[in-house]
Amino acid sequence: MLEMKHVTKVFNPGTVNEKVALNDFSLTLEDGDFVTVIGGNGAGKSTMMNAIAGAWNVDAGEIIIDGTNITKLPEHKRARFLGRVFQDPMTGTAATMGIAENLALAKRRGKVRFLGPGITHKEWEEYRELVKILGLGLEDRLSAKVGVLSGGQRQALTLLMATLQKPKLLLLDEHTAALDPKTAAKVLDTTEYIVNKDHLTTLMITHNMKDAIAHGNRLIMLMDGKIILDIRGEEKKKLTVEDLLHKFEAASGEEFTNDKAILG
Amino acid sequence: MNILNLFSAMPGAVAQGLIWGITAIGIYITFRILDIADLTVDGSLCTGGAVCIMMMLSGHNVVVAMLVATVAGMVTGLATGFFHTFMGIPAILAGILSQLGLYSINLKIMGKANQAINVDKYDLLVSLRYIKGVPFYKNSIFVVAIGIVLLVLLLYWFFGTELGCALRATGCNGNMSRAQGINTNTSKVLGLMISNGLVGLAGALLAQYQGFADINMGRGAIVIGLAAVIIGEAATSRIFHNFGFKLIGVAIGSIMYYIVLQVVIWLGVDTDLLKLLSALVVAIFLAMPYWRRKYFAKPAVKKGGKDNA
Repeated sequence: MLEMKHVTKVFNPGTVNEKVALNDFSLTLEDGDFVTVIGGNGAGKSTMMNAIAGAWNVDAGEIIIDGTNITKLPEHKRARFLGRVFQDPMTGTAATMGIAENLALAKRRGKVRFLGPGITHKEWEEYRELVKILGLGLEDRLSAKVGVLSGGQRQALTLLMATLQKPKLLLLDEHTAALDPKTAAKVLDTTEYIVNKDHLTTLMITHNMKDAIAHGNRLIMLMDGKIILDIRGEEKKKLTVEDLLHKFEAASGEEFTNDKAILG
Repeated sequence: MNILNLFSAMPGAVAQGLIWGITAIGIYITFRILDIADLTVDGSLCTGGAVCIMMMLSGHNVVVAMLVATVAGMVTGLATGFFHTFMGIPAILAGILSQLGLYSINLKIMGKANQAINVDKYDLLVSLRYIKGVPFYKNSIFVVAIGIVLLVLLLYWFFGTELGCALRATGCNGNMSRAQGINTNTSKVLGLMISNGLVGLAGALLAQYQGFADINMGRGAIVIGLAAVIIGEAATSRIFHNFGFKLIGVAIGSIMYYIVLQVVIWLGVDTDLLKLLSALVVAIFLAMPYWRRKYFAKPAVKKGGKDNA
């Protein structure tokens, strides 16, 4: 489904701030894989996501989704393959537009936009049903501006928008990190529900090791722009936080120092 | 300071306010919807006026002349959009570049700094002379008001289409728009074109109304337009929530601006100072949201740390 071949990205090349964010990075995802991604600050997790999403062009390597080489495609053209949820709840939705209008924007992802209606009456009914799965009572306030929703509500809505047109690949970039624990758990449950329902191929970055272990069928750990751990199948199912720490030390030759990731 | 003089000046103020209202609606599209302060308008207003007058002087019909003026305005927006998106120049500078370039272009269109048109010899749609003593359907206030209603209906429809929604999303959140497959550069260029098309049309009307196109007629248009947007919002935001009515509110703001201006003139204030006054009033209104945040903000309730450690 996704193939990243020898992708390299260097920020600020030739300056004192030069940073190799992705270093000859390769990753292949099978159809239906749900991969959780962990790693410390600056390990290259978000850079990997941005390389796929097309925030900028990579310096070397190829990115292929479902047989289409998207390496040189601009961000908005890649969007038809991708569903994205960002860390900041403000990023994923248009605050000055209504809930239904936001969903309608997502519904038209990958389609030619012209002078057809921005949202039809039929869609209103469709979205009223759709938002019920979130269990947030949004079905009664579809015309409310997204700006008045809480962070958790906005993330849940963004998740719906990302999956409204079934994406080839769902990118979740620490999408629960900015939420309080209760809301975060709820958004994660919804994520699990939608991913299972639609059999979505998913990449989920998280800073929380427990979440990384509890979700998905494969776990990768990044360090210095490379994959240093890749655990899948039965091994992933039996994994504990302690195992993960030992494996990390063995793979990197360092002790894991990020308390947040361990305790979170 | 005869109050009757003030009253007799009112219809003219309203007519001018309405014509500038179209400019203000154009500015609303870039400033409020796209979140760009587009300075092209100082040039494109004159472009619209110049094109309209020159077309009419060479024997074209007033409707054709105004249509071409609108298209000319849209081309100026296209130029600014090109500077901004394709060449990566910050929007405000892109507008300034267009504005400067248009000064030369406007001079070339007119051949000199000022071109007059005689209302008795040409069949104008609006004029200073069509304010009093003409049948109501010929009255400039009526004509422009109808024009604004039609434009607002057209814009209301457009901003409800897929393209219009994409444009609104672009102004609100570029990241989200691109993630939803919207080409934000196209949206911006389109918005700038629509906005300057409206401004070009307003220029065409203004030139007819005053009976001439002048190289300086657009000077400060952005400030007058912003003043109209801000006054209109302040005056009508509690009553008007619908997008179409908000645009009408902007036109009302423009009329209010011209009425206040007329009162200030009637009070005997030196007219040389009017632009300074406008600039100060707009500056203060633009500062309002900032001051409100800074000095009157309620302390935000902080949630637990992001990592809930």
